[in-house]
Amino acid sequence: MLGPVDWFIWVLSLLFEASVIVCSLRRKSFRRYFLLNLYMLISVLISAGTFRLLLHYGRKSLEYRYFYFYSEALLIIVLYFALIGLYSRVFEEMRVERYVRLGAVLLLAGTACFTYAVVSQSSHRMLTYFVFELCQNLYFVGLVLTYVLWGAMLKLKETRALLVQIVLSLGVYFSAYAASYAISNLRPDLYSYTYRLFPIIGCLLPLAWAYAIWRVPEDARLAPARLAVVPR
Amino acid sequence: MMASLIFVFSAAALLQFFISYCRSLIAASSKQVLSAEVKDVTGIQRIASGDDFRRVMQLLRLCPDRPEDRNSVQAIGAYFSLLNLLRSTVARIVPSTRAWTESERGHCAYFAAVALERRISFSREMLAQQMDA
Repeated sequence: MLGPVDWFIWVLSLLFEASVIVCSLRRKSFRRYFLLNLYMLISVLISAGTFRLLLHYGRKSLEYRYFYFYSEALLIIVLYFALIGLYSRVFEEMRVERYVRLGAVLLLAGTACFTYAVVSQSSHRMLTYFVFELCQNLYFVGLVLTYVLWGAMLKLKETRALLVQIVLSLGVYFSAYAASYAISNLRPDLYSYTYRLFPIIGCLLPLAWAYAIWRVPEDARLAPARLAVVPR
Repeated sequence: MMASLIFVFSAAALLQFFISYCRSLIAASSKQVLSAEVKDVTGIQRIASGDDFRRVMQLLRLCPDRPEDRNSVQAIGAYFSLLNLLRSTVARIVPSTRAWTESERGHCAYFAAVALERRISFSREMLAQQMDA
């Protein structure tokens, strides 16, 4: 079973995810950031499902493990589309939404094919390893896409403070996850420590989004060039 | 090899996103003018210095916590520690970095002073509500 610290982080994470939806509803921005809210809604539902499985079967059960990995894959795919939704918002004036969507679907299919090609050569438990590898690869693809989006925002001089904070917090989330996964691959002996990082990182994204939606008005503006690490 | 590359890229991106995120939090507060009262308490008149940060944070901890700004205050605290690390390592080798870290540390102190101002108003509101009740 989970220890008290695990439970605390889990409850905290659930509260933060729910608070994003509540803040969006109160700020009347639920539809504007529909995919982000959909991701949070699914996260809340999955957390409730995880809780039920933990109570009935325990942490070491196969049911819990399968549910964990498959729900993780579902979440990362929804988050991937939420990121594409942010692309659409940044490029909305250029009217290139159709191409962005098409590119996103092709990239997702390409990542899945690449993962399949890697897994099919080295594993006999195909589907489980496929899901695990797909999650890792999508975190990295998400990181690269967020990095490209942030670069485009700097180039296009995007000034919407709320959008800037949402994209930057997503960047922190993706890069922290990708780095943790990479450490797990580099040093499998450290996995018993690194797996503890995942729920903590998972708390940061809803916390940052709830803060941004609640505190930053939709019409707030800032100069993005001031935020770049390398002065422009 | 691939995992090492992913790790290096992710760690570099994490650092860059974290710094930009902290600067976006600071940018939002930099336009806010401090009240005379907070200026007196913190000793910050117009431009804050990095040396003010610890003192302002101590004052901040004396005020009742506001759940809305806890996350941002902690993020800026971590950013300040990162700047201190840069100041004591990289800035000694690359002098141009020193001016940048000093200016950023000052912005962190100003951010903490703005958070202090918000917490003081929050405490007053709570006290007023209690008095009314």
